[in-house]
Amino acid sequence: MSLLLNEEQTLLKDSAKSFTDENTDLEAMREKRSRSRIAEINKDLWQKIIELGWTAIPFSEEYGGLGLGYAELGIVMEELGRGLVDVPLFSNIVLAGSVIDVAGSQEQKKQLLPKIIDGSTFISLAYQEGARHAPYDVSSALEPDPKGFVLNGKKQLVLDGGSANHLIVVARSSGKKNDRGGLSLVIVDAQQEGVSVKNNLLLDSRRVANIEFRNVIVSTDNVIGGIGESADTLDKIYTRAAVALSAEMLGGAQRAFDITLEYLKVREQFGAKIGSFQGLKHRASRWFCEVELSKSIVLKALRAIDSDDPEQKRLAHACKARTSSTYHLSGIEGVQMHGGIGVTDEHDIGLYMKRARVTELLLGDAAYHADQFAKLSGY
Amino acid sequence: MSNIDQFRSSTRDWLKDNCPASCQGPDNALPDIIWGGRLQEYPDPDVKLWMDKLIEKGWTVPSWPEEYGGAGLTKEEEKVLRAEMHAIGTYSPLYSFGISMLAPALMEYATEEQKREHLPKIASGEIRWCQGYSEPGAGSDLASLQCKAVRDGDDYVINGQKVWTSTADVSDWIFCLVRTDPNAAKHDGISFILIDMATEGVSTKPIELISGASPFCETFFDNVRVPVANRIHEENKGWSVAKALLLHERTMLAANSRGSGSGLERRSLLTVARDALGQKNGTLGDPAIRSEIAQTEMDTLCYEATLQRTTEAAKAGQGMGPEGSMFKLYLSELNQRKADLRQRINGADSLIWDGEDFNAEDKEITREWLYGKAATILGGTSEIQLNIISKRVLGLPD
Repeated sequence: MSLLLNEEQTLLKDSAKSFTDENTDLEAMREKRSRSRIAEINKDLWQKIIELGWTAIPFSEEYGGLGLGYAELGIVMEELGRGLVDVPLFSNIVLAGSVIDVAGSQEQKKQLLPKIIDGSTFISLAYQEGARHAPYDVSSALEPDPKGFVLNGKKQLVLDGGSANHLIVVARSSGKKNDRGGLSLVIVDAQQEGVSVKNNLLLDSRRVANIEFRNVIVSTDNVIGGIGESADTLDKIYTRAAVALSAEMLGGAQRAFDITLEYLKVREQFGAKIGSFQGLKHRASRWFCEVELSKSIVLKALRAIDSDDPEQKRLAHACKARTSSTYHLSGIEGVQMHGGIGVTDEHDIGLYMKRARVTELLLGDAAYHADQFAKLSGY
Repeated sequence: MSNIDQFRSSTRDWLKDNCPASCQGPDNALPDIIWGGRLQEYPDPDVKLWMDKLIEKGWTVPSWPEEYGGAGLTKEEEKVLRAEMHAIGTYSPLYSFGISMLAPALMEYATEEQKREHLPKIASGEIRWCQGYSEPGAGSDLASLQCKAVRDGDDYVINGQKVWTSTADVSDWIFCLVRTDPNAAKHDGISFILIDMATEGVSTKPIELISGASPFCETFFDNVRVPVANRIHEENKGWSVAKALLLHERTMLAANSRGSGSGLERRSLLTVARDALGQKNGTLGDPAIRSEIAQTEMDTLCYEATLQRTTEAAKAGQGMGPEGSMFKLYLSELNQRKADLRQRINGADSLIWDGEDFNAEDKEITREWLYGKAATILGGTSEIQLNIISKRVLGLPD
């Protein structure tokens, strides 16, 4: 499958680009830090995204979607990443939306997909328990109850969790921590009795929640997929999410590179542009190559999802490993090459380094994905 | 039937009638590769037969104009030809610096007469070419070369030395950069000239590398008389020709390594690793080496995807330009890492240089590691490639 953009994709890219140019607001990002307890989504911005149709991209037309794919979603993610635009596209559409799309019943899809597409509801996926990404490290317990099931457990790092009306929770119906079998997915109303949400602000000014579930009643209608049989769904979701997030990371890495390259051409020391010094030139050139390699693997992995390529998981691991290391490099080289101004809050480059650190660790860092890649390759 | 379908079907028929059975097959490997030139031998008569058939059709260089030994195929036809050959597992056995490096420069800069003189002999493999660029005092700083050409009537008289002239000892002609104006700025006093290696005063001497192999030579010019008519492009404008040619060299260096893609590479590196390290808890015995292998494999995937993307972009007319530098830099380093890793994994077995009791493959692994050290130096060191990227792609100031 070609790695070049077709005509429609080029149009989408242009429109995403101008959206980002108009809506990048890094001052607002800085301001959020003084309001760390307030969990808020910029609803006006989200409304614009909805009007552009981007929340509908990956879903079938039957449920109000556009019937497009990850190649298209990736274009939008990349542009949002370039401008550090903070909207709940990843949490609501990629993570929660995919769960419903992949494993939801006809009824659940009909109920929920149109609402996340038109923005009338917000859904977050509560998956992480430990400090590091480990898909089957789940202890939250889902046990049978006369009213259906009862959920007990604690989740952390729930993206946009404080703004969600509903939560999709990964819970364990049987087996022990780190078992692949026994995992279930359930939908919980965020206002329901026994759900307590505590908001945190991450170092990149994005919102996450730590959420505790205490004897929360779940009706059988609110189970997604079969009880104890959700590992395959989760594998699929994490594959897609890792690649979509990689697209965002690529956009951020590219922008950090561009900002820095510009600086190398204007900043003078010792009576010369610092970009004329070989010590910086060579590093900039290697950095450029890393971004180019990332671009290619992101495009390849996005298309592998759309064509349901049997290699899609291996490609997704190679992709997230690569974008994790490239965005990391972009953050640290960006700050270092800016010198003193790079470590001030006033300069934007630091914001990219912070976002790099967060996305690097979300859904597994480079080491995690290298390990998974080796496992899938049979060694 | 459209023209291209007609071409496809006649090509298919022709291949069926003319390609010897031993030159096709699922392993996609010919019995011999032909470099051409006066010293060329044909151990396998079928390859000679196949070569002759292809030359007759102009299919060693199918897209070249017919008057230069090609078949004048359109891009589309050439694609069909390659696909049809690929389908029966064959290709043209002729492989040479003449085709991949010199010819594109001649097409761009030579006179009509020069093209008609030299291109057909490249197409038929009659003449084998080597490259005379580097000198003992002009490596990375190629433009400081000193090999001197002084005008004397209708001749240049050439004196000096070239180094790293690959296969000079078995080549017929050499394309050379020589200094024709010692007083001009260094890039402005260079000319590009073609020299018959049989001319009096030309001599070569092989250079032994750290791997023990010797693909390179030193080439000496002692009062060598070369007709002025052998100069390509204007006098003192040779640097433009040289630059165009270096671009082709980098593309070739990158393309040549394309065969060693992930599939085969992985199995053999993994096989070596499995034998040497064993298994522990279902994974490779050494976790650090396991992650190094994974890293090189993932990097290979990224490299291949980049090659795909830029090839597609170039075909669609959206080329990035000096991307050859990026490929040359990245691929030579990647291959070096693989060779280094393989040798380390193999441990004591790959420390043996020679003797009475050792395994041929182990020796190969060691030689490959050593020979691979040249990859980041020849054709412009990694550092030179980084300079080119920063200047031509990133636009950073000098």
